[in-house]
Amino acid sequence: MSAHSTYEPKTGFERWMDMRLPIIRMTHDTVLTFPTPKNLNYWWTFGGILALCLAMQIVTGIILAMHYVPHVDFAFNSVERIMRDVNYGWLVRYTHASGASMFFLAVYIHIFRNLYYGSYKAPREVLWILGCVIYLLMIITAFMGYVLPWGQMSFHGAVVITNLLGAIPLIGPAITTWLWGGFAVDDPTLNRFFSLHYLLPFVIAGVVALHIWALHVPGNNNPTGVNVTSKDDTVPFHPYYTVKDGFAIVVFLILFGFFVFWYPEALMSPDNFVQANPLVTPQHIVPEWYLLPFYAILRSIPNKLGGVIAMFSAIAVLFVLPWLDTSKVRSMRYRPSVRPYYFILIGVCLVLGWCGAQEPAQQVIPHFTTFTVIDYDLNTVVWLSRVMALYYFAYFLVITPMMGLRETPLPLPESISEPVLSHPARGPAVTAAATQKG
Amino acid sequence: MLRKGLTLAAFGLALIAGPALADTTSRPPMEADWTFTGPLGKFDQAQLQRGYKVYREVCSACHSMDLMYFRNLGQKGGPFYDPKYPNPNDNPYVKSLAKDIQVSDIDSDTGDAIKRPATPADKFPAPFPNKAAAAASNGGAAPPDLSVMARAREGGPNYIYSLMQGFVPAPKGLTVPPGKYYNIYYPGDLSGSWSGPPDKVPPGGFISMPPPLIPNKVSFDDGTKSTLQNEARDVAAFLAWAGEPKMEERKQFGLGAMIYLLIFSVLLWFSYRRVWRDVAH
Repeated sequence: MSAHSTYEPKTGFERWMDMRLPIIRMTHDTVLTFPTPKNLNYWWTFGGILALCLAMQIVTGIILAMHYVPHVDFAFNSVERIMRDVNYGWLVRYTHASGASMFFLAVYIHIFRNLYYGSYKAPREVLWILGCVIYLLMIITAFMGYVLPWGQMSFHGAVVITNLLGAIPLIGPAITTWLWGGFAVDDPTLNRFFSLHYLLPFVIAGVVALHIWALHVPGNNNPTGVNVTSKDDTVPFHPYYTVKDGFAIVVFLILFGFFVFWYPEALMSPDNFVQANPLVTPQHIVPEWYLLPFYAILRSIPNKLGGVIAMFSAIAVLFVLPWLDTSKVRSMRYRPSVRPYYFILIGVCLVLGWCGAQEPAQQVIPHFTTFTVIDYDLNTVVWLSRVMALYYFAYFLVITPMMGLRETPLPLPESISEPVLSHPARGPAVTAAATQKG
Repeated sequence: MLRKGLTLAAFGLALIAGPALADTTSRPPMEADWTFTGPLGKFDQAQLQRGYKVYREVCSACHSMDLMYFRNLGQKGGPFYDPKYPNPNDNPYVKSLAKDIQVSDIDSDTGDAIKRPATPADKFPAPFPNKAAAAASNGGAAPPDLSVMARAREGGPNYIYSLMQGFVPAPKGLTVPPGKYYNIYYPGDLSGSWSGPPDKVPPGGFISMPPPLIPNKVSFDDGTKSTLQNEARDVAAFLAWAGEPKMEERKQFGLGAMIYLLIFSVLLWFSYRRVWRDVAH
């Protein structure tokens, strides 16, 4: 579908440039005329939203780095100085801090859109894997960024997460010491986290470029999941999707602004307004909301190494998803028997997130004791996490491969245009046009 | 589809907003009637002035506020802001407030450690030279810095407001350790010091701070009655301001930004309808 270029250099400079570095041609072909399926719904606007999130994080991050001091004695106060004495420092910092949450919110919607419409299937496996790489890099970057303000949760979160690597047999402790740059989370750790937190967003930007490249070879998937068959199925990216994405981006920014301007503390832990103190451990150490499901999976395994393996497997399984899915039908619109399992998966991920924020031994239904299995009562968060984690893995490793072989999908439309034109909500004018075309 | 997206987003927010974490036994804080909550909230300047007086006359004897400078008192939104003096360092009221306080310095001619009256550019001086000294003078527990205290506790200003009023006589059966004080709003687990029925452990915890405020401890110049409740509320408001002096600026800026975004989104919606009017999708 990567249609051949329709770009015609108009000025002398453009012709001169086109012979040497056809960058104007590339921009023209990818941003303006790129043929895009005309039936993309609003779930497809999150790609553009994510590009904006990354750009905003990089710009605000560069400004913050001008004022931030990566030193255990000064980091906390330098962040407060940004909030107090730097002109509009509060705006930059809140945009960056809330921006991380908004970035993850958008990426989760983007991933679940992908799962629903089967966008990861051939020929888009590489596109999907690059997306998984971006997500993994985002997690690492966000974790390191959270350490930088050097509050209590920053410090103790860093201790807990870096200690996980100590579970690796034989070389674990050595790796942890190497990562810390010492024998505890301290100044060298903070310094290298700052350095890497500055580096990784540019690595993400590079992988995003590959992601977009890999998108532009097969072109967009679409809600029907059927391939583009003719020019009638597509519209040029500009102005059709620039305006639609633009609208969605501004709506997203309204939600973003709500947090930045009126409710920034919703995304911050009060503990992180206390400067890091290695001698005082906060009562509950919890990661940011976007990592809670993985934290719940980690804690659901009684063995530390097992927990770490389970947690990383939860991400690793995504990488091989294109080969676990045996169905040739992409969109779940035509896979009614699989759809319920998908929505259960969303519920499971939300419940895992809830579990991650609770104490393992806490009762799910208050004041109700059942009986202890292995280590905890059945009515505890830890057992709920186990059941949910089991479903999470079963969805990818059992349900997805099995259902693809067993289900009977609904008949697929001949083309993208067919279901669009027979859509009952369309006005008579459109139907008339369709009849003419037909 | 968009509505579904927003529902999902709201779901996510519920997830963020609602991690019920604390399984402490303290009583949930009382809620005072603040002027600065809500999207258009503003600090009450007279209240901030009273709160500063409480801090200066009571809290500052033991608690530092390392992030605060005297100039902050006269900056926009601050307790002593005066539009006549856009540069807070020129504000005569702030100057005179600073002058009453002695700060440490080095004599630039002799190199000797000296004390001199503070200027608006000086930090609030700390009551103790270091943490060890602070702990030694306070029964082993160093009083925490108050700069961001209103943001560093669950409940924020409501928590401070409640804690100040939460010193009540210990119920019968509760053994209060020496040098500690029973407070119903202080998070803690009192089951170890409780000799009564195990299912009736009293709420709250033992705090090392003696009750700092009593009625008529601070006299207010504006005629506000010096009750414990007023003192507690005003100092909590002052600490809320000190915890985020730019909060008013943030909310006002936000209002403008949100109006802009709303208008922009409406324009984009109509542009979208117009661009797509001939395409079935």
